[in-house]
Amino acid sequence: MFHVKHEFDVIVVGAGHAGLEAAAAAVRLGRRVALVTLSRDDLGALSCNPAIGGVGKGHLVREIDALDGLMGRLGDAAAIQYRLLNASKGPAVQGPRTQTDRALYRQAVSGAVSAMSGLTLVEGEVSELVLSGNGVQGVRLADGTVLKARGVVVATGTFLGGVIHIGNDQRPAGRWGGAAADRLRHQFAELGLPKGRLKTGTPPRLDGRTIDWAALPRQEGDAKPVYLSFLTEITANRQIACGVTQTTEHTHDIIRENLGRSALYSGNIEGAGPRYCPSIEDKIVKFPDKSSHQVFLEPEGLDDTTVYPNGVSTSLPDEVQLAYLRSMPGLSSVEMVRPGYAVEYSFVDPRSLRRTLEVAGFDGLFFAGQINGTTGYEEAAAQGLVAGLNAALRAQGRPLFEFGRDQAYIGVMIDDLVSRGATEPYRMFTSRAEYRLSLRADNADMRLTPLGLDLGCVTEARRLSFERKHDEMARGREALRTTRLPAAETENGETPTRPWTTAYEALGQGDGVARVAEHGARPEISQAAWEALCAEACYAPFAERQKKEAEKLAVGRQVSLPPAESLIEIPGLSIELRHKILAVRPATLVDAERIEGMTPAALALLLIQARQKSAA
Amino acid sequence: MDTIFAEATPPGKGGVSIVRLSGPQARAIAARLAGDLPASHQAGTRRLRDGDDAIDEALVLAFDAGRSFTGDETVEFHLHGAPVVVSRLSAALRKHGARQAAAGEFTQRAFLAGRLDLTQVQGLSDLLAAETEAQRRLAVQNASGLLGKRATEWREALSEAGALLLADIDFPDEDLENGLIDAALERIVAVRESIEATLAGSAAAEIVRKGFQVAIVGPPNAGKSTLLNRLAGRDVAIVSERPGTTRDVIEVRLDLNGAAVSLFDTAGLRDSDDVVEGEGIARARRTAEAADLRIHLSETGEAQAGLLCPGDLVVTSKADLHPGDGLRVSAQTGAGLDALVSEIGERLAQRIAGAGVVAHEMQRDRLARAARHLREAERSGAEFLAEALWQAIHELEALVGRVDIEDYLDLVFSRFCIGK
Ligand SMILES: Cc1cc2nc3c(=O)[nH]c(=O)nc-3n(C[C@H](O)[C@H](O)[C@H](O)COP(=O)(O)OP(=O)(O)OC[C@H]3O[C@@H](n4cnc5c(N)ncnc54)[C@H](O)[C@@H]3O)c2cc1C
Ligand SMILES: Nc1nc2c(ncn2[C@@H]2O[C@H](COP(=O)(O)OP(=O)(O)OP(=O)(O)O)[C@@H](O)[C@H]2O)c(=O)[nH]1
Ligand SMILES: [Mg+2]
Repeated sequence: MFHVKHEFDVIVVGAGHAGLEAAAAAVRLGRRVALVTLSRDDLGALSCNPAIGGVGKGHLVREIDALDGLMGRLGDAAAIQYRLLNASKGPAVQGPRTQTDRALYRQAVSGAVSAMSGLTLVEGEVSELVLSGNGVQGVRLADGTVLKARGVVVATGTFLGGVIHIGNDQRPAGRWGGAAADRLRHQFAELGLPKGRLKTGTPPRLDGRTIDWAALPRQEGDAKPVYLSFLTEITANRQIACGVTQTTEHTHDIIRENLGRSALYSGNIEGAGPRYCPSIEDKIVKFPDKSSHQVFLEPEGLDDTTVYPNGVSTSLPDEVQLAYLRSMPGLSSVEMVRPGYAVEYSFVDPRSLRRTLEVAGFDGLFFAGQINGTTGYEEAAAQGLVAGLNAALRAQGRPLFEFGRDQAYIGVMIDDLVSRGATEPYRMFTSRAEYRLSLRADNADMRLTPLGLDLGCVTEARRLSFERKHDEMARGREALRTTRLPAAETENGETPTRPWTTAYEALGQGDGVARVAEHGARPEISQAAWEALCAEACYAPFAERQKKEAEKLAVGRQVSLPPAESLIEIPGLSIELRHKILAVRPATLVDAERIEGMTPAALALLLIQARQKSAA
Repeated sequence: MDTIFAEATPPGKGGVSIVRLSGPQARAIAARLAGDLPASHQAGTRRLRDGDDAIDEALVLAFDAGRSFTGDETVEFHLHGAPVVVSRLSAALRKHGARQAAAGEFTQRAFLAGRLDLTQVQGLSDLLAAETEAQRRLAVQNASGLLGKRATEWREALSEAGALLLADIDFPDEDLENGLIDAALERIVAVRESIEATLAGSAAAEIVRKGFQVAIVGPPNAGKSTLLNRLAGRDVAIVSERPGTTRDVIEVRLDLNGAAVSLFDTAGLRDSDDVVEGEGIARARRTAEAADLRIHLSETGEAQAGLLCPGDLVVTSKADLHPGDGLRVSAQTGAGLDALVSEIGERLAQRIAGAGVVAHEMQRDRLARAARHLREAERSGAEFLAEALWQAIHELEALVGRVDIEDYLDLVFSRFCIGK
């Protein structure tokens, strides 16, 4: 039975962090959006650790926020602890992080969803994509309903071929309580989308009432919170502390004795797990000399007694989990609410995607989130934003949009994914960003909100607040640049080149902030604008250099190269270089330049080949 | 864009050497050496000085941006040929911020600026072949040499430093040991000091000082030693009618039409049971492989197939006994010697234009820049240190290979227990 029931501009499949952000972005562009999900309860579920942000991840959240996305505001609405990570280091590597209340988060999400006009929430299972030629037309649900749209975003997370492992037990499912929906997987295979297998794990959950909190040291949040969203001005909830315990020799003995019963060590799992999120089994096997590992006890909510023990994800059988938990200080009579487990799932090789997250060769079909081989709420949400914007642009017949590596962490992540693929679940690190000193959490708004305004995905309230801050910063910068302070003494007694510095330059030096204040040169602007200027001044010399580099790259990126097969015909290229060209398949001059062993002369020849081909 | 320079004429040839300087700072840098510059497309003689040191009295031509070969500001210096003048000027240009151009870089810029048509750049293919060959040889030399060993150590230390910084910056919430930044800094300072020591003294400078290496190879009794003596103008090597006379590698330093050349006489190549001769033959092969150019000498005009590289010279000896065409020399009558010398000069000039010493000089530039990046960051915070490391590794890439975030991550995860 084939009957068209509904027409939309954009359909988003999956209402995890990726799907939610995708739907919200398309709605902001004024599109009619259908958000299809297996269960309403999945909306904005924090499947694992209810924490948002961090170093790298916090950068992503700020970027999403700068484009008027949801995650930062939702996180602030549910935050029960704030900590600015790397607070003792420079602003470029500081990352805001929150501990959130799971229930409050869910509440904030449903509030946001019901506030979106133009959004239709559909509870159901998408069983098939409706394709015609190399374009997408919509989706078909398991009950036969067909939804039509010109843009479809697939954000189904770990639900493809998901298998849960607890000890020797295995059962299909993406997440605790979710039903595996792997019919789509077969269709992706038919479409020729290559896939791979990954795994991840989660720790058991504890009953907080059975923890001896008094016996444990606590970790408090920051006294002066740094919010996730540029728009947040007040702390929404009562703030809590986390407990800290650690594994003991006894814990390690228990785990060692039972290693053979762990799904990870019994050979049941083939997928690659993230190296930065090892199970407790892994930690003990790989670091036998370490006699103890730290474990944070993080309450999942203000009125929730569930506690998340951060640091002990596992796939051991239930009774072993309970035994090792009870071997830790403060947990001697702890009860487990739910056991930990490992999940194995399929992902689509992101190298089949373009930087717009559209599948190469299928107009209007986008992939976002964990299905692309990433891990993390923030990574998923950031991709969702890009896919949702582009699906909306596609539906509108407007040119699609992509972020450069020099513009945003989002651009770094997507470029990494589409050019290198994922061999382990991909997580954001600041070290992945070569323009790290310019791509800061503090300036995400200055970098991206103007882009959002151009695209039309930024709403009025944010525009006003952005423009106010922008103007204040401009005013402050001007004032600082025209104020002279006596030059600072140099450490090694060299004479400074001139006897004065501008207040702006001074701001970028060690004790600059204090010196500027001392000379009464702090301009009268808001604290937010002032802090942003301080960070900016700190990196100004580098920003200049990075900008030039980026410009050079931009020119090279515009030169596209013919296919690798015709590039290697060029006489004079060494065999080695030919192999590398075939392996890397450079699409642009910049890709080619990055090939190890590439020389200017060889590059010039590639260029000539490119021009010849395009002339022919 | 960098401002680059290179010698446009084959080195050591003829009376005039032309050095070309191009890029956004070309006029500014040139003006610092020449005082003022002639107007665009005009020539004028200028006394070039580097501070208080005179470089040369040169003819200087300036071209404005948009009106030059590369499209960028360009200045040409026509110098009095001696290699020492060219290297003095190079040093001064470098000091003022220009860098040695990579082979093909001028042509590439010209092409990008739309100043060349395709036929004009086809020559690049040949250049590229020569360049890869030169690089291969350089790589062999580096890998077996002191520089190669140091580069491996640098790579290791810098990767470790990068990993420590990554752990410190990207995993602040983990319970890692203290003092990661100090440990990284220690490695960075050690590498920086080692680079500076290398630059100041031994390895790199030695490679440049060594000059071009030309090896005479061939079967026993071909007349190799006789030829060496003849070219050297003195009796350096023992000559006899007994095959297998030469055992050790014999080196003479020559000035061939102005270019510094080390000429090697080697043992005649054949299968031999004699242990001493066998060792001599092994040395002969090694010398021949490492040389920049080989003269394959034999009475039959055949080359040593295993050692033949593109651009080598294949020469028939004892031309007085074997008359005919092609490259033939008689060490006895002196016939063909001038032709041989000029052929050698020709090849060397090509190599210089291709890479050879240029590659060495470029390395020197890059080493210096790498050291500077590291030095500048030593007193600042983790993120600046990581940035400098990034830049330095980028400069050293040709020497140490690419170091990627994945390399850092591998080190981090093998060393620290990270993850929650
Ligand atoms: C066990 C485990 C532990 C984790 N721990 C952490 C952690 O501590 N911190 C962290 O940051 N990240 C963690 N992650 C990763 C994080 O949960 C995910 O990366 C992120 O939530 C992925 O978001 P997503 O939107 O891509 O997919 P998901 O959040 O998985 O959402 C998928 C959505 O698709 C829907 N769906 C699936 N198939 C269909 C279909 N056929 N039709 C309709 N709807 C469909 C589902 O209903 C669901 O709403 C963990 C993941 C797992 C599985
Ligand atoms: N007629 C003639 N004889 C030559 C010439 N060059 C060398 N000879 C003779 O050839 C013989 C071998 O010369 P060497 O120079 O010792 O030969 P080689 O190649 O060094 O030999 P090994 O060291 O044994 O490998 C000597 O008797 C030389 O006098 C030449 O140009 N003409
Ligand atoms: Mg001899």
